[in-house]
Amino acid sequence: MESSPQPAAAARTTAATAERSDMVLHVNGVPYPLTLDHRTTVLDALREHLDLTGAKKGCDHGQCGACTVLVDGRRANSCLLLAVAQNGRRITTVEGLAEGDRLHPLQEAFLDRDAFQCGYCTPGQLCSAVGLLAEAADGFPSSVTPDTAAPGAPVPLTADEIRERMSGNLCRCGAYPRIVDAVGDVRDGGIRTGQDVAS
Amino acid sequence: MSQDPLPSANPGPTATRSAPASPAGASVARREGREKVTGTARYAAEHTPPGCAYAWPVPATICRGRVLAFDTRAALALPGACTVLTHENAPCLAPPDDPALELLQNDRVPHHGWYVALAVADTLEAARAVAAAVRVTYETETHDVRLTAGHPHLYTPESVNGGYPAISERGDFEGAFAAAPATLDATYAVPPLHNHPMEPHAATARWKDGHLTVHDSSQGATLVRDELAALFGLGKDEVTVVSEHVGGGFGCKGTPRPQAVLAAMAARYTGRPVKLALPRRQLAAVVGHRAPTLQRVRLGATHDGVLTALAHEVATHTSTVKEFVEQAAVPARVMYAAPHSRTGHRVVALDVPSPSWMRAPGEAPGMFALESAVDELAVLLDIDPIDLRVRNEPGTEPDSGRPFSSRHLVDCLQDGARRFGWLPRDPRPAVRRAGGLLVGTGVAAATYPVYLGGSDAEAHADADGGYRVRVNATDIGTGARTVLTQIAAAALGVPESRIRIEIGSSDLPDAPVAGGSAGTGSWGWAVHKACTALAGRLRDLDGPLPADGVTETADTRQENAEPSPYARHAFGAHFAEVRVDTVTGTVRVHRLLGVFAAGHILNPRTARSQFIGGMTMGLGMALTEGSTLDPAFGDFTPNDLAGYHVPVCADVPAIEAYWIDEDDPHLNPMGTKGIGEIGIVGTAAAIANAVRHATGVRLRDLPLTPDKLLPHLARLS
Amino acid sequence: MKPFGYLRAASVEEAVRAGAAQPGAKFLGGGTNLVDLMKLGVEEPPLLVDVSGLPLDRIEELPDGGLRIGATVRNSELAAAVAVRERYPVLSQALLSGASGQLRNTATTGGNLVQRTRCTYFQDISKPCNKRAPGTGCPARDGAHRDLAVLGHSAHCVATQPSDLAVALAALDATAHLHGPDGEREVPVTEFHRLPGEHPEQDTVLRPGELITAVRLPPDRPGAHSRYRKARDRASFAFALVSVGAVLEVRGGAVRYAALAFGGLAHRPWRARAAEEVLRGAPATADTFARAADAELAAARPLRENGFKITLARNLAIDALTDLAART
Repeated sequence: MESSPQPAAAARTTAATAERSDMVLHVNGVPYPLTLDHRTTVLDALREHLDLTGAKKGCDHGQCGACTVLVDGRRANSCLLLAVAQNGRRITTVEGLAEGDRLHPLQEAFLDRDAFQCGYCTPGQLCSAVGLLAEAADGFPSSVTPDTAAPGAPVPLTADEIRERMSGNLCRCGAYPRIVDAVGDVRDGGIRTGQDVAS
Repeated sequence: MSQDPLPSANPGPTATRSAPASPAGASVARREGREKVTGTARYAAEHTPPGCAYAWPVPATICRGRVLAFDTRAALALPGACTVLTHENAPCLAPPDDPALELLQNDRVPHHGWYVALAVADTLEAARAVAAAVRVTYETETHDVRLTAGHPHLYTPESVNGGYPAISERGDFEGAFAAAPATLDATYAVPPLHNHPMEPHAATARWKDGHLTVHDSSQGATLVRDELAALFGLGKDEVTVVSEHVGGGFGCKGTPRPQAVLAAMAARYTGRPVKLALPRRQLAAVVGHRAPTLQRVRLGATHDGVLTALAHEVATHTSTVKEFVEQAAVPARVMYAAPHSRTGHRVVALDVPSPSWMRAPGEAPGMFALESAVDELAVLLDIDPIDLRVRNEPGTEPDSGRPFSSRHLVDCLQDGARRFGWLPRDPRPAVRRAGGLLVGTGVAAATYPVYLGGSDAEAHADADGGYRVRVNATDIGTGARTVLTQIAAAALGVPESRIRIEIGSSDLPDAPVAGGSAGTGSWGWAVHKACTALAGRLRDLDGPLPADGVTETADTRQENAEPSPYARHAFGAHFAEVRVDTVTGTVRVHRLLGVFAAGHILNPRTARSQFIGGMTMGLGMALTEGSTLDPAFGDFTPNDLAGYHVPVCADVPAIEAYWIDEDDPHLNPMGTKGIGEIGIVGTAAAIANAVRHATGVRLRDLPLTPDKLLPHLARLS
Repeated sequence: MKPFGYLRAASVEEAVRAGAAQPGAKFLGGGTNLVDLMKLGVEEPPLLVDVSGLPLDRIEELPDGGLRIGATVRNSELAAAVAVRERYPVLSQALLSGASGQLRNTATTGGNLVQRTRCTYFQDISKPCNKRAPGTGCPARDGAHRDLAVLGHSAHCVATQPSDLAVALAALDATAHLHGPDGEREVPVTEFHRLPGEHPEQDTVLRPGELITAVRLPPDRPGAHSRYRKARDRASFAFALVSVGAVLEVRGGAVRYAALAFGGLAHRPWRARAAEEVLRGAPATADTFARAADAELAAARPLRENGFKITLARNLAIDALTDLAART
């Protein structure tokens, strides 16, 4: 490895030989300076280093979606993201969805619809749902989007679209029908609040 | 009968066949819902005491034999390594009730994946690396993991899971079968299945001043506490097990599992708190599985479809560690009025991981076979499958002769048929298409027994008008917190908002596990009893409450020790519509509908979620889930969630669940039968029967994947 | 997982240099397969060279009417690209049929091409596997192989390539741009993945230290239609049992151009040249499509449990071609 006078390159060289690095993860709007083992994933950084245990470890291999978080606004499996490679990125976890005491509309909808049972997949389902609403609005197609849909245009979220797009989040309790209903409620802007939620 | 086909926050009044047995019955939202949607509900691995070390297990990579030697030098030289526990240095345990918990006590390897060592390190990353660096030398012995119907070592056990006799006979089955005008003789296979709750088994253990505290992912902290106390030679008051939030269980957290024992051992050995979350890929070997079953069903009937002979014979496996026999032939003792019957189980102890409970053990696989066979008979006799079932409805429980405390199977079938639009139905196979796909419908019945266990509970009235109810129930997603509060509120005659409920810790009054669909009935009875007593005390009280309030405790062991003169079972009917792609052999469920008669439903909102959840797991059993044992290596081949196909959202259509609200006075004060398991029971048969209706192809081996179906579809594409 | 060094490369040149300087170093794109395999101990790189920040994240129009897709373009971005959806629907559909929304947001174009087999023995380091540990044997041949190869396998390996993207790219005659210590070169995607032969440890023709920097698509054929079809064990989020990517142009009832590639059948995306030979110039009928599929699949050598894949591949090919023919 050739040496370089630039500090940035020097830092890179150090990191290449070291097994730990300094980094800053911006989680739910808060910058967290960390020194972490290169092996540490974003999921383990959140759960074991930042005490943000909302993102769950279900499989640790990107096969269940319980660890889903938003990275720069897009959903991702945090168990497969090395923290060091996410240095400087903005990460949103389930703890960051509500604004103070005001729940995110999807959180309200999940409560309203009883869209969970054991609750372990729920944080991932919620982050995934936030991500899919943005993806559909941004014109991201899915495998069930009709060929006739205009490329680039927002994709209408039918129940089948929601089912397909939520398929990266396993739920063993079988709350899928209600999750689909809950996401549909938010799609429609028909958030039921107040008394409905309390009942 | 529930009126709202689509779940909503305000389902409206629930019309019932009769007055509810208890005032509880409203759709109350989960009490811990907000914690779960905000990510603040903490599960077992989400407690990190200061100085916490991390553990990672080392599973055996052979199928049978013993450990000759460990080489831990490289492992212990790694940065962050604390120790490697093996049978050579691990704390000695008293002999456990469950031999599967005899961990790190000797050199034996009874099956692939058995834990032979435990790495402990300062960080999670280091623990995994240390575990990977442990070198183990084995002496291997020949092994056998293949269950076959003719396995030479099959034997008849004394009893099967649930305590039922292995064999039950009435009349002369062979003679009646030989004489029957119409007969069916078919063998069905259910592969090994894995529970795979979303939260892997995890425990965080710490010792302080001789007291052991474990946060454990379990379905019953009282039982885990008792086992840990016994293993470590402690008094029950020296152990606290907390299972506050549990990420699903479905049976595999119903008994103490290795994580609690290993974490406690490591914490004792290292003097530090230790956290252990079992890796998903290791679960199948150490947390139980649904044992595979080979099930021969023989039915003899008149041409009118009246059963004269019924035999259900099951071959299954257990491990060499302990005997667990999946009681798949037991539901046939309950279902149909055949005068001549034989039901039996044989089991072979193979070098396989120990099977255990998975949602509706016995009923789920057994009813796949029995209800497929009934459908085959209906096809054979050209009788509508609902009519055939109605014609064989028994007056009393066939094997015991006891009267049913309540039995509304026929009502479930008929109500479901109306809701589903069962009729008119052309029975001919492979004649309906929608969008190029073959369409078929199927029906199956379901049953699940009423289990109840004795429990303690405590109810307390504060001087300021609030109430506190304490019972070591476990909420694994069932809504236990919510429904127990409803029961308490009804018994106390106060709004739920005035009641604090405390569950999920062994420091609370002792309670049985969340299993056997018995939680609400067992815990609820004790809660009801304590609250009723408290309400009586408060009524009789002159003047204000004392400053420290009033407390009543209850114990329902005596009530539960008395055998019921009634046969007590929940029943249900499942309806499925499937679409079969003849190009790919792929089956998709288009509609799934269930109607259940399971006593009084205390909370329609959470109850519907459980029914739908059970049906979803049944859909997986029918179409996507199936494990296999690798003959060469002895482990389960699909060992992760990419290889073992739990249904995803796209597999699951709108599912409808309804119920007949029974008024059954022979159960418990709430009139409940239990709802956690019956949802899975008839689903697989309903779907398989629908596939036969769609295609004309009768598949008897689950799951119904393209590799099995496609070869039969050539003539249809 | 063993400790490793980490370098965030500032340029392709730096990445390649760093990769070459450290034997065993791996490039990190999305990491969805690499990190997975590192956790399993299958991959043990001493150094990760992070290429995800390199300026390879663009999709560019080429003067000849083709497209140049940067290696770090995410699968979801590529599937959504208007140019891809309008001109190369088979590519968009292939991507969308793979993995999950989360994984597609993370996985890159280059990484997708070099993802490794899902063979259960390859993933378990306690077991023999010629691909992971050359010379140790192949338990899959007599073991669990329902999901493995029926075409082009060898006595040493029966693994399949799991990429959906690669199947579409093979059908589209795409070219991979590689940048290595010895300079740059281009390799057709159909020749990028190898058959296992005696060296199943080599998945691809990538040389040590070579980095995929882009994939180039030739101009789309006016008048041709394309689609991807995949059969799997559940409705979504599962690897292919068999998949097919097809491009078909029909004029006056006859096949003017056809390109067909299968996934799930072999150690590489299987471009069906023999089938294309039958199709070319023949009447665009179901009978032709069946003969074409049969011509290709005649070479299949199914293992004990995966013979169904031949029927499945045949059915999918006929179905996809029939559908495409009906559009003209």
